[in-house]
Amino acid sequence: MNSRRQFLKISSLSAAGLIFGGGLLDAFAENLVKKNPSHFKGPFDFVRTPTYCEVCFWKCAGWVYKDENGRIKKIIGNNDDPNCNGRFCPRGTGGVGMYNDEDRLKTPLIRTEERGEQTFREASWDEAFDYIAAKLQKVKKEHGPESLALFSHGSGGKYFGKVLKGLGSNNIAAPSYAQCRGPREVAFLATYGQGINSPENTDIRDTKCLVLIGSHLGENMHNGQVQEMSDAIDKGATIITVDPRFSTVASKSKFWLPIKPSTDMALLLTWMNVIINEELYDKKYVEKYCYGFDQLKEHVQQYTPEWAYGVTTLKPQQIRETARAMADAAPAVIVHPGRHVTWYGDDTQRLRAVAILNALLGSWGRRGGYYNPEKASVPHFKLPDFPKPSKNWRDAMGGKYELADLALASGVCDASIPSPEMSCAIKAWIVNGTNLINTLPNQANTLKAIQELDLIAVVDTMPMEITGYADVVLPECTYLERYDSLRVSQGREPSIALRMPAVDPKYNTKPAYWMAREIAKRLDLLDYFPFENLEDEIDWELQQVGTSLEEMQRIGVKRIKREYDDLYFEKNEDIEFDTNTGKIELYSTALAEEGFEPIPVFVQHPEPQEGFYRLIYGRAPMHTFSRTANNPNLTDLMDENTLWVNPKVAKEWDLKNDQYVYLENQDGIISDFSIKVRVTERIRFDSVYMVHGFGHADKRMKRCFGKGISDTQLISNVMIDPIMGGTGMRGNFVTFRFDNKKEA
Amino acid sequence: MRYAMAIDTKKCVGCSDCVVACQTENDVPIGYCRDWVVEVMDGTYPQLEMEIRSERCNHCENSPCVRCCPTGASHYGEGGIVLVTENKCIGCSACITSCPYDARFVHPKGYVDKCTFCLHRVKKGLQPACVAVCPTKCMYFGDLDDPRSEVSEILKKRKHKTLIPEAGTKPQLYFLI
Repeated sequence: MNSRRQFLKISSLSAAGLIFGGGLLDAFAENLVKKNPSHFKGPFDFVRTPTYCEVCFWKCAGWVYKDENGRIKKIIGNNDDPNCNGRFCPRGTGGVGMYNDEDRLKTPLIRTEERGEQTFREASWDEAFDYIAAKLQKVKKEHGPESLALFSHGSGGKYFGKVLKGLGSNNIAAPSYAQCRGPREVAFLATYGQGINSPENTDIRDTKCLVLIGSHLGENMHNGQVQEMSDAIDKGATIITVDPRFSTVASKSKFWLPIKPSTDMALLLTWMNVIINEELYDKKYVEKYCYGFDQLKEHVQQYTPEWAYGVTTLKPQQIRETARAMADAAPAVIVHPGRHVTWYGDDTQRLRAVAILNALLGSWGRRGGYYNPEKASVPHFKLPDFPKPSKNWRDAMGGKYELADLALASGVCDASIPSPEMSCAIKAWIVNGTNLINTLPNQANTLKAIQELDLIAVVDTMPMEITGYADVVLPECTYLERYDSLRVSQGREPSIALRMPAVDPKYNTKPAYWMAREIAKRLDLLDYFPFENLEDEIDWELQQVGTSLEEMQRIGVKRIKREYDDLYFEKNEDIEFDTNTGKIELYSTALAEEGFEPIPVFVQHPEPQEGFYRLIYGRAPMHTFSRTANNPNLTDLMDENTLWVNPKVAKEWDLKNDQYVYLENQDGIISDFSIKVRVTERIRFDSVYMVHGFGHADKRMKRCFGKGISDTQLISNVMIDPIMGGTGMRGNFVTFRFDNKKEA
Repeated sequence: MRYAMAIDTKKCVGCSDCVVACQTENDVPIGYCRDWVVEVMDGTYPQLEMEIRSERCNHCENSPCVRCCPTGASHYGEGGIVLVTENKCIGCSACITSCPYDARFVHPKGYVDKCTFCLHRVKKGLQPACVAVCPTKCMYFGDLDDPRSEVSEILKKRKHKTLIPEAGTKPQLYFLI
């Protein structure tokens, strides 16, 4: 019972509530951060406090510096952090804007009229929590605990997840799975018995050849990867970029393959054809570790470079040349798994092709290919068992997507719309830090689901579109004003990082941990929140791994030595992969069992009709998702998105640079706002391109309201991945309009 | 001592981190910047080339801004860094007109402002904020008179250019190509 004693000791030291009890407890909670005795404790002046960034998911660890008046001045990277090596990206550096944004949510709100209308009244925290707790209990009683769901992106999800699990639901979903990297995880699991996770285990630092397929590193500032790519450029690595757009990284590549959109699978299978038929593959590796080579060899015979020319518009010579460049570099070659890979609905299969190509080149487990990551392990305080849910979102989906290893945000959303097939109608949502209106494709569907709910509670720092649909809005303080659970990262060297408040929360905002615990208190679930303050829990966890809150406040990041030096396979090492056959499955027995193609097949996808162009969207380095568009510092760098149009297309439509146009998609959806045309050779004539995350419709965000277009609004055709339920979003076509008047 | 900066256009991804880092380090008001990113495109699809450059004051050896400043507010500081003394500046903007690189602006407080190579950091042995933050490590800063400084070493090794050399200003901002 060592752990229990440890807990008691800490409680008696710092949880003032336990000493004063009853009446004072609430008053104490109201001023949680301010009066917390462990806030700013330690022998340091706290001119700088440690944090890890919350602007994107890379979670770089850094230091928040304050000026002589105690105001946040700047945020810079922590030199000891393997995720960032002391260098933040523009979003991280601009994190100060999140704190300074005067448009922030300031106090709890309760809706007074129908959903979607911005009619709220200010409420006290108690009132907001009572409201939520009563509704959760009512839904649980009337529909069962499985009709409760959580959508989360970011640190707060953990705490609300505990409330949900405590009530008896495991419908906990994050758009980062079904809308982003899910297909990749399932594909690599099916092939290697191991997913990629985050940060990716790509050994870019030491690679000799980096192949990027629609993965625009540098525009997506996945910090550690971009840094390593820069190192690789210094060392003379060959970069091969496959993209219909001349992306930033295309401009840094030895080979740019301007592929016809939606034909990437054809290229991948053809590369395999060349590599196998020219005997460029790693024979020893394939023989020792792989299963199903003969079937693969036979399968890819049909995919010749000459065939691929007609499909991809890439010259056969270019395909052969790049296949040889990969083989020359092997095994120090990375066919990059990408990140946002939900494109055409056959994404798991496309990522399977990527995984197989890497296996043929022998790059998995090799220096300059994919290293074996290690994740730090920090013990959690033992909680009582959660009640077992009798059903979940998967049941609601009628047994589909058995291979999805996480809940689908889109699936949970669908399961909220009553239908005869769904046995698990979801009635209440808690939404933490994810602007679902601009995150889930098919907005009409999301809105329909929302109108069916008995409760929607939104926790956010900003008045995003989703908060307009909330019954209750809980204003969270920014990451610079709160503690959060430790960042426990995987990497070459595992690491842990601390986030602590640099300043007191502005306005009447609070940390998500406190909110979740207050709700738990009202639902009689405090057993799942044994620590009054999150920092006590963190301190307990840190002591289990031989450090302490005090030490981490001083150093911010702790690297943990690997237990074994097994970054790469030993020569001829026997490896058992976590697949059915114990081998790297070129032929997937798991997919075959579920009735899917065991080896990826090329399928032609629909193309735009005359006058329509494929809508391609992507990232800008200074913005993340749809959550940074109002950040004063980042908006200063880029305040609206533009529509990239090829000069030939511009001529046909008589479009000029900087002219504003509306877009209409194939389903007749017209954009609410207009977008500035950017005539550029950097995009194919059959496509247009815009950066995701603009066209905000909530007037309370003064800087970004109505600036640019929301791509999500125009994504109504969703090509669902039959294997894991990912939402393919690249099958939408748009045409130009000069007004947005709806036809009568 | 002659401070200079070299920027590797082959590595810069144009993320503008240098711009935000400069703003927070130097309290540059939102809406203004001391450094910025330029993209130059050439060719037609699909034969394309692009150069990305992080630009700022060139800290010219032969600076028209220093020459034309009526009050002496614009001057050469330590290591040839071109500086503006705030309380001597009358905001006449002669320097802005004379600068071929458009590297100066009128601060809302009324004086002309620009890149200082973060002299306050350099004095402490730190790199300028933009150099320190750059995720691609594409910027090199140091003393050109020291042949072993990082910037001297990289300029010896790599092909490079300066901007608008025909202006005769002898810029100290080099671009590796």
